[in-house]
Amino acid sequence: MIEARNINKSFGENHVLKDVCVKFHPGQTNLVIGQSGSGKTVLIKCLVGLHEIDSGEILYNDRVFSDMSFRKKKSIRKEIGMLFQGGALFDYMNVEQNVMFPLNMFSEDTLAERLKRVNFCLDRVNLPKANKLMPSELSGGMIKRVAIARAIALNPKYLFCDEPNSGLDPQTSNVIDNLISEITKEYKITTVVNTHDMNSVMEIGDSISFIYKGQLWWEGSKEEIMKTGNKEIDEFVFSSELTRKLKWT
Amino acid sequence: MKLISDLGRYLLLMKEVFVKPDKVKTFFRQIIIEIQSLGIDSLGIVVIISVFVGAVVAIQTAYNIDSPLIPMTMVGFTARQSIILEFSPTMLSLVLAGKVGSRIASEIGTMRVTEQIDALEIMGINPANFLIQPKVFASVIINPVLIVFSIAFALFGGWLACVSTGIVTSNDYIVGLQSWFVPYTVSYALIKTAVFAFIIASVSGFQGYYTRGGALEVGSASTRAVVYSSILIITSNLILTQLLLA
Repeated sequence: MIEARNINKSFGENHVLKDVCVKFHPGQTNLVIGQSGSGKTVLIKCLVGLHEIDSGEILYNDRVFSDMSFRKKKSIRKEIGMLFQGGALFDYMNVEQNVMFPLNMFSEDTLAERLKRVNFCLDRVNLPKANKLMPSELSGGMIKRVAIARAIALNPKYLFCDEPNSGLDPQTSNVIDNLISEITKEYKITTVVNTHDMNSVMEIGDSISFIYKGQLWWEGSKEEIMKTGNKEIDEFVFSSELTRKLKWT
Repeated sequence: MKLISDLGRYLLLMKEVFVKPDKVKTFFRQIIIEIQSLGIDSLGIVVIISVFVGAVVAIQTAYNIDSPLIPMTMVGFTARQSIILEFSPTMLSLVLAGKVGSRIASEIGTMRVTEQIDALEIMGINPANFLIQPKVFASVIINPVLIVFSIAFALFGGWLACVSTGIVTSNDYIVGLQSWFVPYTVSYALIKTAVFAFIIASVSGFQGYYTRGGALEVGSASTRAVVYSSILIITSNLILTQLLLA
């Protein structure tokens, strides 16, 4: 389980996260939703240690991550996989080298074993024959799938996804969403997905945290979010014509 | 104030860069790759510039010798001294600051703005060490080799100019090259080049590493890398000359 206790983060005068307390459970797809600029990405970057928090605590299975030195954080980071908004594949490496990279750095397996693991991960994301392609030759959806393959290469306990559907068509978005959800359940990973896509919420949201102006505004399930009666949540959830129509049917 | 703050950030980054690599085998593989991309790929431009500048130095020296009391062997001697002492180590390092420095800054800067550096950090890898250290080591190893090539091709360019224009005979030029040769001047050139290589790779790595924003900022980082590296090369050239030759 990942837990954030009263975390605060400011950039100069801009107080982005205000006393955020939230828990993310294993084997669930935990969604963090909110408008652009509400602090979702900052929250996820604080959770993985890319931003230092100003106050509060971040715990990974009761281990206080936020107080650890770089060396100690390293042991937890080996348990973390992350899918970035743009994929963040290394552009000078092909697909196989990208997925093998964490294995090369941290595993003592032989080359044959590492290659077997790479092929397994690529099969898992339905890209069995993409090994030798370069990132520049991949479509947006393929980049996200390779990034997922790389994120799961070391069997992570925690998976973070920052806007996994951005820039993708609805069909490909569904594929990525379902892939994240399946992997989460299959390997009992604690997955945190940062999104503002309501389709994702309805598709894979086991638990939902709504962030509004840097504060944790609401927590609940995808069924509950449709009938909170809260003005800020309703404005976000029913912002499109389609969702408004769905509400009245 | 900004200068002091940048110097502090540079020193802190260097503290992160010069630690034991996460995986030594990968580190040595990276050095080989960087030697290829930063060094061997620059050989073409080094040869072209060296041959032409060597030729110009020889011709200018020959046309400036008016007195019949000065032997024409002075052309070879003067060309050798100016090429070994100044042209090859300093001028070529300035050219490499443009070519290699901008490449390092834009490569690392692009990795920063496309979150590739964040991806390394999430994996538990020290990105400063992983990205900058092999480039610094590769530059310090390969740049002196490039400068040796530069010296050889510049001297050859001088000879070619003398022989093809007929201003100095081949024999006079070669005798001049061999006259009063002090081997220490080559050591001086190589020491200077190694220091300049360190400046180019580390300053450009620093500029790229702290890039924020998008394509425009990557371009600015690349420009700053070339400008700052060049200024530092020029100033350290003065200090090193005083220290090593005085």
